[in-house]
Order: sequence, then structure tokens, then C-alpha cells
Amino acid sequence: MNITLRVWRQANAQSEGRMVTYQVQDVSEDMSFLEMLDLLNEDLTLKGEEPVAFDHDCREGICGMCGVVINGTAHGRGNSPVATTTCQLHMRSFSDGAVIDVEPWRAGAFPVIKDLVVDRSAFDRIIQAGGYVSVNTGAAPEAHANAVSKLKADRAFDAATCIGCGACVAACPNHSGMLFTAAKITHLAMLPQGQPERPLRVKKMVGEHDALGFGGCTNIGECAAVCPKEIPLDTISQLNRDLIASLFKRDGK
Amino acid sequence: MATTANKLPGADYFTLGDKVADTKAPAGPIEKKWSQRQFGAKLVNPANRRKLTVIIVGTGLAGGAAAASLGEAGYNVLNFCYQDSPRRAHSIAAQGGINAAKNYRNDNDSTYRLFYDTVKGGDYRARETNVYRLAEVSANIIDQCVAQGVPFAREYGGLLDNRSFGGVQVQRTFYARGQTGQQLLIGAYQALERQIAAGTVKEYTRHEMLELIVADGRARGIVTRDMVTGEIETWLADAVVLATGGYGNVFFLSTNAMGSNVTASWRAHRKGAYFANPCYTQIHPTCIPVHGETQSKLTLMSESLRNDGRIWVPKKVEDCEKDPREIPEEDRDYYLERIYPSFGNLVPRDIASRQAKNMCDEGRGVGPAVKERDHDGNEKMVRRGVYLDFSEAIERLGKDAVAARYGNLFDMYAQITGENPYETPMRIYPAVHYVMGGLWVDYDLESSIPGLYVAGEANFSDHGANRLGASALMQGLADGYFVLPNTINDYLADALKFDTVDESHPAVIEALDAVTERVEKLLSIQGTRTVDSFHKELGHIMWEYCGMERTEEGLKIAIDKIDALRDEFWSNVKVTGVNEDFNQTLERAGRVADFIELGRLMCVDALHRKESCGGHFRAESQTEDGEALRHDDQFLYAAAWEYTGTGEKPVLHKEDLVYEAIELKQRSYK
Repeated sequence: MNITLRVWRQANAQSEGRMVTYQVQDVSEDMSFLEMLDLLNEDLTLKGEEPVAFDHDCREGICGMCGVVINGTAHGRGNSPVATTTCQLHMRSFSDGAVIDVEPWRAGAFPVIKDLVVDRSAFDRIIQAGGYVSVNTGAAPEAHANAVSKLKADRAFDAATCIGCGACVAACPNHSGMLFTAAKITHLAMLPQGQPERPLRVKKMVGEHDALGFGGCTNIGECAAVCPKEIPLDTISQLNRDLIASLFKRDGK
Repeated sequence: MATTANKLPGADYFTLGDKVADTKAPAGPIEKKWSQRQFGAKLVNPANRRKLTVIIVGTGLAGGAAAASLGEAGYNVLNFCYQDSPRRAHSIAAQGGINAAKNYRNDNDSTYRLFYDTVKGGDYRARETNVYRLAEVSANIIDQCVAQGVPFAREYGGLLDNRSFGGVQVQRTFYARGQTGQQLLIGAYQALERQIAAGTVKEYTRHEMLELIVADGRARGIVTRDMVTGEIETWLADAVVLATGGYGNVFFLSTNAMGSNVTASWRAHRKGAYFANPCYTQIHPTCIPVHGETQSKLTLMSESLRNDGRIWVPKKVEDCEKDPREIPEEDRDYYLERIYPSFGNLVPRDIASRQAKNMCDEGRGVGPAVKERDHDGNEKMVRRGVYLDFSEAIERLGKDAVAARYGNLFDMYAQITGENPYETPMRIYPAVHYVMGGLWVDYDLESSIPGLYVAGEANFSDHGANRLGASALMQGLADGYFVLPNTINDYLADALKFDTVDESHPAVIEALDAVTERVEKLLSIQGTRTVDSFHKELGHIMWEYCGMERTEEGLKIAIDKIDALRDEFWSNVKVTGVNEDFNQTLERAGRVADFIELGRLMCVDALHRKESCGGHFRAESQTEDGEALRHDDQFLYAAAWEYTGTGEKPVLHKEDLVYEAIELKQRSYK
């Protein structure tokens, strides 16, 4: 396959960026999208040009480090039926001769570092605000001290699969980080271990989310449509229910 | 004094030094040693802890858990990672599960059995005191993780589910679908973020450690490069912990993350930390086969698939091109079930991997033929794949039940290969997955440099020559949550009396200058070959000669090739851009330079160990039916290597392995 790429190049956070066109030859359909970018970068290096910077690490769809906007869709889709991370998108999802636009996540809370690389540390700060159970090492009771209904455990798990990639923010017209925040709220809200801090957690995390410059959620649903882990949209309903309930609790007032 | 090791295999490549031994595990019965050590270790008064600084490099299960736990204890912790968030560490990719001796299944499990299985699974090349402690704290890990909200798989009664894993006959593996590593890491990450919010831990992301600072014989800090600005900085502390993972990427293709590297460990090794058993590599049997020459990494399919999937190849070479569904039952060779009737498809990883290789070497592999070169440089086409077939499981359990157990793995397979594993058997082949070797540590996890501690995959201590499934997560969390926080205090208790080391100390200036000089050198070469081309060539050498089967002849060829590659790298590599920028080529160049040096040491270690054990199979040492043959009379030791200079002969320090609590046996899974 031969591909035409139009890639966002931006030297650093301060400079202006622009789309630059490159041709990539001899792309195999078994390659992942990132392997196709590797091919481009090898070529650029040999020509003495700077390779395109992009974040990636595990390349098996679980670390959450990769993610670019491909033809306007966060992580890209091509003709693949399922949402994936960029690293799990394969070139067989594109046709020979395709023209593909590649851009970084675009959101005020995720400033560009270089080319396709953005700073997502705002997500860590939302977790710091309360996305944990306060239990010191060594203080845990026996694992079977609490039984958890399988239904709730499964729901907790479904929410806990969030990989923190940020596609939800990139896809949202409001640049809201609500799906990410709601995934953590729901994960811990379903488990007995999460109950003592539940009202305070939701208040603190939503407060931090807003303070960091993420937009508000207006139930558009683009976030869940691109989420590679299929975090359900109803986690946001859970968050809203918990937030409202927390206003009637004394915790953290 | 180093003497010439003229009696040992490969003696031209190293010298023999004094023996080394652990001095921290107390005497007495094995089940009392850990509590004795905890009691005997010196303590640090809680009021003094905040005056003590601990650097922890790495944020995976070992590093993240250690940073969180030492932060909770009140130390001043500085935590570093090369990724953009501590949650990205490659522990996150572990799929299958975590072992613990809870005996929730009432199937004869116990601390002693987990200890026994781990030592046996490691082919009697692990230090028994460390392994016993690992088994001892395993149950606490599950308690801790559940309390953090880790959503382990549960049964309808609300209690935790278990499954069995390769190499054992009890059900002691706890799991969270196929994403156990992710859930455990998120648990540790949340505990870590809680400490960051509390101010006890300072987190430095996108910082890569490029040098260890050893001042007055003690590890006192590190030098890092800020991967966004290029700033090279020094950080000083009272102790340094490396939890920097494994070095499987020396093979270029592995299941490790693209950024996983040996640099932190290797820099410490060059500063005096012994590197133990570097040749012990785990080649995982169930990975998706290589598709072509532009492939950047390999993807693991969890070993748990072997619980229900049956592994086979065609009996006849001419069937190998056929659609597997058209090959009748009597023409299929379920070779693991045939050779190992009692363990069948659940034999340990080293055995399953080697047999897959044997089948493909016989010409009975399946899938596309890939180009290979033999020792003489001749090209040949070989099919590198075996079938992992779920048709029997789907018939027995139904498609829905199989999907509930393995759905995400099947989806991943379909996404990568474009084939539907519910309809056609998966194709799998072994790939580099984990390294049992690493920096030498004692019972306290302290390396041969005082004040330098090493945890998780980065150390060598617990898995011997082969790691059992679901034991890596256990070891990482054991080291981070329960071992280090109870041993490092013994060292830190005296740290307030150490001489002050500041930025003007000659050792600090020297370390900083060395890093700057190396970066400048890499940028100045401006040759004609890319960093990746060197990495791939190194990977080919390592896979061919230091992979699943090693020979004396091949390893000597490999050492010569690596020496030539190192010379070419330092005269012909092309690194674009400048230091004062986000420069991923420069990052990779430094890592590959260290991998080249490590690769050579791995070959020397493999050359000198003229026996087969666990993940190290020497063709010259096998039984009549092709099984690994250990030589306990000659090699019942861990090989701890001391660095003496690039291209110089390393010094071998043997640590004798003493088994008091367990009887030494030849492994048999038949």
C-alpha cells in the first residue's frame, strides 16, 4: 500500500503548528498505524529530517500512552468496526492510496508538547484529588472480609478498565474530561471499600476537573463512541447521581 | 583477587573473582527468617523519616508500590519515570493473574507449596530464602489490593475467584479478566497519587535516569534527562531504589513496551552493581507470531488460554499449508499432551516454548513462512507458528462461556491478525517476555553498592532460571509493598550520620559530566545508519544465538558480532535533532548503546553456563529424549558479574545456592 499522510508538525508548545504532507511507500496491511509512522520516521531520519514525535509505549492497547486524531476521529477507526487505541489500529483498515490526516489531541487542558505529543498530566491531578481508597500498606483486612455482589464487581471492573488515554477529551466538543472522571467514580462507588470516601471523592474530583480547565458535560456522547475500552456513558449518570447525593451529606462541606 | 578461570567454559571471556553471599537472611528455620529479619532490622524513628530522602526510579508494581508505601511511612520520596504518567508502566500489560497462597480452593495449597512450586519452576536456580518470603507475603498482597478497590474476578457468592496457571496443579491464581496487571497497577498508582497529593512523594514524569551517583562508596543520587526540555539534572538522596523493569528489548522484538530498557540497571552495573544471571530469559510460549520485517513489537496472549486451548501441529509436513479445520483429528499432533501426559498443555513456559520451536524446526510449523538465516548465513523459509485450538472448549462449554473467560484476548487476537479465533484456531509462537536475570541483591534487596536497592523484575532474586506464570505481579508487589519498606530502614537508620553530599562533590560533578559528554557524543557522530537499524541487528544476533537454544559455537559468534556492532554504532549512528528538545531518537540511541553492552554480557554468561536450566537451554547439555539437563555439581550457583570496562573481561562472582528447606530434584512434568 502507498499512503499520503498529512501530519501536524509543531516544534514546541510556544510555536505555531502546521500540517505537512508526506508519502509513505510499501506499507503492509498487517502493520499497525504506529509501525507505519515508524516507517515514515526511518525515512525522515535517513534524509536528515526530524522524525515526527508521537507518544506510544506498550503497543498492545493497555498503557494508554498513544493516541492521535486520525481523519478527525480520536485514535482513528478506518473501516474497522470496533473502537481501538491507535496502536491497535492496523493498516488493513485503510485502502491503498488513502490520504490520512494525523493530529494531536486538541484540548485546552492538554497542551501540545511537540508534534503529536500532548501533556495529559491533568488526568493525574484529577486522581490526586480523590481517585483512590485511603488505605495504607499493611492496614488491609482479610480479602474475604467483604463479599461483593458479582454484578457490582463486574460494573466496577467495566469502569476500571479506563486506560487514561484522553481520547474522550479529544473527541468532546466541550473538551470535557467527564468520562474519565466518571469511570473512576463508578469503579470505586460500586465497591464496599469505596463507600467511606464516596461523597467527598466525587465533590473533590469534579471540582478539580473543572479547575483544570476541562469543559462541562452536555451529554453528547462522542467520548463513549471513541473510548477504546468502551467505558459506558452511564458512568456519567452515576457521577451525577453521586454528586447530587453528596450535596446532602456533611462529608467535605 | 581475580584469577584466570582456565577450567571453566568460555574462560577466555572473563576472570573468576571471589564468591559472593547474602549476609542479611538470619539463621534458623526458613519459616522464621522473615519475621526474624523484620525484628532484627534497625528502625527509623517516625520523626526522622521526613529528614531522609529516597529516590525511586520506576513506577510499575515494584516502584509504584514502594513509592506509595515509603511515602506513607513518612520518608521524603522522589519518584521518576520516563512515561508521561506513572500509570503507564509496563506492569500494566500483564494479563493472566497473580499467585497467592490463600488456599481458598481447599486444594492442598500452602505457603510451603507456593515456595516449593516457585523454586522447582525456577529449575533450582533461585535463592530459597527470598522465595520463601515471597510466598509468605503473597496472601497480604491480595488483602492489600482488595482494600484498594482492585476489582478481582468474583463468584456469584461475592468471594474471589481463582484459576490455575502453567506449571502448578492447584488453583491459586487471582485475576481480573485478562487485565490483572492493569488493575493491580492502577491500585498502586492510586495509592501513589494519594501520597503525591499528601506531599510525601514528588513525582517526576518524562525524566529518564542516565547515571547513578556513587559517592564515598554509597549510592547517593541519580542524573536524569528531562525528556521535554533536555535539561540534565542531578538528584541527591540517602538511598536509591531501582525498580526499572526488565531488559527483554535487547532482543528488539519482545512483548515489552517500546520504551522498556536496561539503562538504569546498566548504568548502576557500570558503577559497581553486580549483574546476576543475565542470560536467563523467559521466552513466553503464547504470543502472536511475527508478521514481517517492519514489526515493532510482539503481543502476548495470556498463558491462561492454555487452560482451555489445546496446542497442536499437523503430523504431516504437507498438511501445514492446509486450512486447519480440514485436518482430521488423527492427523493432528497434540504434542504437549503426548510428551507430557500429566501436565499436558499446562507445562511451564520454558518447556512449552522449546517444544514449539522443535515442532517448527522439524518443518511442522503453521502460518506464513518467514525468512531466516542459519549459522552459515544461508537464507531459508520457516513457518513459525503452532495452533492453539478452542474448538473442543467451545463444544464443551459453549461459545458464551469461552467468551466470558477469554473474550478480550480473542478480540485482541482478531484485531491484530484479522482472523476470528472462535472459528479458526489461533496461531501462536514463543516470544521474549520476561527476564529472570537482573542486578544482584541480597535478602534485603540491597545490591552490591551500599544504599542501592533493586526491586521487581530489575533484580534477579526470586525466579531462578524460569518464572512461573502469575509470579511476576506477585514479586513486584511483594518487593514494593512489603519487603523494601521493612528492609531499607535498616540502612537508612544510619543515614543521618553519613557525610553530606552536595552538588559540588566530585562524584556528582563526574556523573553529570559523563552524561553530558555521552549525549554530545551521540549527537556528534552523524553517521548513516538509524538507531533502529542497530537495535534490529542486535535483536537478530541475540535471538539467533542467545534465544531459545544456545551453543558454545553460536555464542562465540554472537560475541564477535556484538563487538563489531558496538564499534559501528559509535562511529556510524545517526541521531537527528539537538539535546535541548523533545528528542525521541536521542532517547533511543542511549538505550540501544546500553543494550549492546548488555547483550555481550548475556552471551558471556550463557557461554560459561554449560548446562541447561529453565529458560537457558544449552544444546550440549540435554538428556537422550531432548529434555534440559542440569549440572548441579558444577553450576549450583547464581553468576554475579562485575563490570571492569567496555570490552574488558568481566569478573564472575559465584553465589552458591544452598537448599536447606527443599530437596534438589531434576524437574519432570511427564
